[in-house]
Amino acid sequence: MLNINSIKKGIVIDHIKAGCGYKIFKQLGLHKADYSVALLKNVSSNAMDKKDIIKIENEINIDFTVLGIIDPNITVNVIENEKIKEKIKLSIPKTVKGIFKCKNPRCITTVENIDEVEFLLVNEENKEYKCEYCESRTSL
Amino acid sequence: MLKGRNLIQPNDFSLQELDSVLSLGEKIIQNPQKYVDVCKGKLLSTLFYEPSTRTRFSFEAAMLRLGGSLVGFSEPGSSSVSKGESLADTIRTVGCYADIIAMRHPKEGSAYLAAKHSNIPVINAGDGGHQHPTQTLTDLLTIKSLKKDLNNLTIGLCGDLKFGRTVHSLVKAMARYQNIKFVFISPSELKIPDYIKEEIEGNYYETSSLEEVIDKVDILYMTRVQRERFINEEEYLRLKDSYILTKDKLKTAKEDMLILHPLPRVNEISTEVDDDPRAVYFEQARYGMFVRMALIMKLLGVDIDA
Repeated sequence: MLNINSIKKGIVIDHIKAGCGYKIFKQLGLHKADYSVALLKNVSSNAMDKKDIIKIENEINIDFTVLGIIDPNITVNVIENEKIKEKIKLSIPKTVKGIFKCKNPRCITTVENIDEVEFLLVNEENKEYKCEYCESRTSL
Repeated sequence: MLKGRNLIQPNDFSLQELDSVLSLGEKIIQNPQKYVDVCKGKLLSTLFYEPSTRTRFSFEAAMLRLGGSLVGFSEPGSSSVSKGESLADTIRTVGCYADIIAMRHPKEGSAYLAAKHSNIPVINAGDGGHQHPTQTLTDLLTIKSLKKDLNNLTIGLCGDLKFGRTVHSLVKAMARYQNIKFVFISPSELKIPDYIKEEIEGNYYETSSLEEVIDKVDILYMTRVQRERFINEEEYLRLKDSYILTKDKLKTAKEDMLILHPLPRVNEISTEVDDDPRAVYFEQARYGMFVRMALIMKLLGVDIDA
């Protein structure tokens, strides 16, 4: 059994669907981190059979919206003094800004200087969003 | 009710609001003289970022027939766009001069962006392959006037259903009426997008054969395979003549079927069909001008019958 020490202060992202850990790891930019981080893959789980876990020994701002899009079932535990200070349950956001770029080359957002394009959830199952401007579908 | 609003896509208006525009269009057809001065002193700005003689003329004729005036451009090269001005800035500026804007733009979602930055009503006169709501109003008025009802119809749409914004808009609009069935006729490369099909909840049939279904439809909406939407010229040449409606193919069609086409036509309807009483595509263009008159009146709040 692989042992990773518990963290003193930081964040544990738990209940990640097995295999999705690396996607979240990269999405949060943790591959560039200069503090302690651990990505645990295929950890045994009673509820999920197997799961991934990410442990971050640092105070960082997590983009919960991105996490919600990737996997709304994951849990974020905020740790202080080696104890869970807060448990955050995620959900898939109905609208998002600043995460997607419209993939439609004919969309006006590709040529006009628009600060933040809003994308609206249109298919919860496929986590598909549509561009508020051209209505093209996109997903992470 | 519609004063000061925008028309970006057909479903921006409720069915009741749509009906009020169509009814006003029919009133104008019956007595155009009554409306010749209702827009006197009002200014329509036509901002056409891509060529479209037909739609632009239709808007301009509509405003002039209401006694209003026009400013605008028909190609961006002759405007400040060539100096690098953003669409948002152009719209803000034009809003200082005009009372209403009709805009065509090659980029999808451009009309929505324009409406966000405009203090006067914006009418989407076509945004790329996305939406063309006044063509839809034209189609609806044509069908309503000639079929006397917008319910209980089987509508065949044939040709480029992938990039054809007129098709997308018409399907979305007609899906709101009772007992409407759609028949999508296209080559597999130009099939209607999935998101449109999702919105009509299974009330459709897809085929690549016009002959197979022509006897079943009440409306046959022919469309042009649009060269300007293709990145690959070879693909365009291969698909451009996929469907050509001829007199011979019409033999099995219903006698009261209507043949519609947003125009311009290239090869998809043989000229021998033009004399057929079912061919109403030129009449359709006329309805387009009347419905634009009605729309301009409604958005400017100058409906004298209201």
